[in-house]
Amino acid sequence: MIIKGIGASDGIAINKVFKLEPVNIVISEDKITDITNEITKLNNAIKTSVEELQVIRDKTALKLDEEHAMIFDAHIQIATDPEIARQVEDMIKSDKMNSAQAFSVVSEMFAQMFENMDNDYMKERAVDVRDVSLRVIAHILGKKLNDPTLIDEEVIVVANDLTPSDTAQLDRKFVKGFITNIGGRTSHSAIMARSLEIPAIVGTKNILENVNDGDFVILDGETGTVVINPSNKDIVEYKKKNTEHQQQKALWAKYIDKPSITTDNKVVELAANIGSPDDIESVINNGGEGVGLYRTEFLYMNNDNFPTEDEQYVAYKMVLESLKNSKVVIRTLDIGGDKHLDYLKMDEELNPFLGHRALRLCLERTDLFKTQLRALLRSSIYGNLHIMFPMVALLTELRTAKTILEECKIELKNEGIKYSDDIKVGIMVEIPAVAILADQFAKEVDFFSIGTNDLIQYTFAADRMNQKVSYLYQPYNPSLLRLIKLVIDASHKEGIWTGMCGEMAGDQIAAPILLGLGLDEFSMSASSILQTRYLFSKLSFTKMEAMAKKCLTFGTHEEVKEYVKKTLKGEK
Amino acid sequence: MRREYIIIDEAGLHARPASLLVQAAGKFPNNILIEYKDKKLTLKSIMAVMSLGVPQKAVIAIEVEGDNPLEVFASLEKILQEHNLV
Repeated sequence: MIIKGIGASDGIAINKVFKLEPVNIVISEDKITDITNEITKLNNAIKTSVEELQVIRDKTALKLDEEHAMIFDAHIQIATDPEIARQVEDMIKSDKMNSAQAFSVVSEMFAQMFENMDNDYMKERAVDVRDVSLRVIAHILGKKLNDPTLIDEEVIVVANDLTPSDTAQLDRKFVKGFITNIGGRTSHSAIMARSLEIPAIVGTKNILENVNDGDFVILDGETGTVVINPSNKDIVEYKKKNTEHQQQKALWAKYIDKPSITTDNKVVELAANIGSPDDIESVINNGGEGVGLYRTEFLYMNNDNFPTEDEQYVAYKMVLESLKNSKVVIRTLDIGGDKHLDYLKMDEELNPFLGHRALRLCLERTDLFKTQLRALLRSSIYGNLHIMFPMVALLTELRTAKTILEECKIELKNEGIKYSDDIKVGIMVEIPAVAILADQFAKEVDFFSIGTNDLIQYTFAADRMNQKVSYLYQPYNPSLLRLIKLVIDASHKEGIWTGMCGEMAGDQIAAPILLGLGLDEFSMSASSILQTRYLFSKLSFTKMEAMAKKCLTFGTHEEVKEYVKKTLKGEK
Repeated sequence: MRREYIIIDEAGLHARPASLLVQAAGKFPNNILIEYKDKKLTLKSIMAVMSLGVPQKAVIAIEVEGDNPLEVFASLEKILQEHNLV
């Protein structure tokens, strides 16, 4: 059987399926007859749970740290708690209640007690109790809890969707790929897959319903094809394709130390998008010439409180230092839309993507903003720092942000703390209003970086999280190309550069058009860099300029795509 | 034997030190109890201790029955002090 989805990350994987889905637990109210047997069942379930928790605990200590591991020590303590055990046993003995129901009643009583306490910390502990309870009850009922940290053999993970934290938990040694029901090329799980360099397919709609644990599948991340329980012939064919893919990668790898240059000597910059200092290794291994986008929000999302100035400083310094003198563009906090912080209460919004997010939020919460700006300034002496503000719509917003940055500089100066006097300040161009007024903005910034995912969503008025309008995600549409041209031309007129840090920059059809439009910097997933450098090395800038010019005269996305495909075929 | 303490931590007697107290108590054969606001429960159960919901500035008492109570108190007080609870 073959299922089609959206290829999110290139590569081929042939492995067993591991389904990652919430277990469906139904607790019956059946009475029991054999008390001794029921208590043995309970104790065995507790024992298995503790063994599992011990494994998770040790893995967490290895992958993260002891502090995170201690959460699971607490879980073990809850699972083995004598007070819970006493009450559960009482219910089994006196009411002949089955052990699953008894455990659920007792743990729920404790969970609710914590929830009702006048103490936020205790309220959160209710979550721990329910978590442990679910594990013990699953074992009583003989069900398996699907915990990604328990994977200890090579598998392909199949899920409805993967959250960024799910994805972060996946062990690359064992997880050879993943397939999800929902999502698109730009959903977080897809982006993560590319930065982890594991093949992935998203948006299959129904893969979860069509495979069982242990089924054998072939995942082709390039074409978005899943072959379930393939024939030997299929396996041979895909193994061959995999070898070809590896050979292709080996060819691209030869370009690691080469400049990004066209046949007629036009030089551009190929940079990488990163989410944390951990990604630097991949940037270097893929020949990235710098970082075109460091998404600082992961620093905030993987935290249970706002990261302090020092925590942020350490992260920024690490990135700047490890890239020596290469350019590093660090984007200030971009939260809101589909990205939330557990510890930051935000108003319910009808249109969060059009709401109080990113810079808009930072200009209101100047305390948060200043903490980040101070950390950035302090780190600036370690490298070539570029600060970038997201979601700017108005010149006055940009000016206010710059004033706050200046205030931070004065604060630091008064405290005798050093910072570089050569920090570049730029903005993301992701709102059409800015693209149209780019000539004015260009006079007040050092660079532009076009964020295509949002620019497309705002230009076509199409929520990128809504699959029903996903056909409106049209990166090759001439209207978008014209907006991009406005921005690039305006920047060049003022002697500044324009980059692109959206998914489009690494797209093998879009990149040649952007090259022709005069884009200076292309920032993409590290894994796309070598392929793009190879592509550019075969292209003539003059021809791409002519091709781009022609693209602007078309009426539809499809016409552009066809024309570019045809032109590129002739070139290569 | 019984001793009283005033909890000074902002979060009260919270999960992490509470769990260490429970672990420490579990190492002794003695019956060890914790009392707060007329409720007296075993200090060997994390659920029991947390269900007391001891806040900042609360006065709690710990009771140790059986042999060598001083040894038990020494072990528990070490945790209370190391975590700046008292």
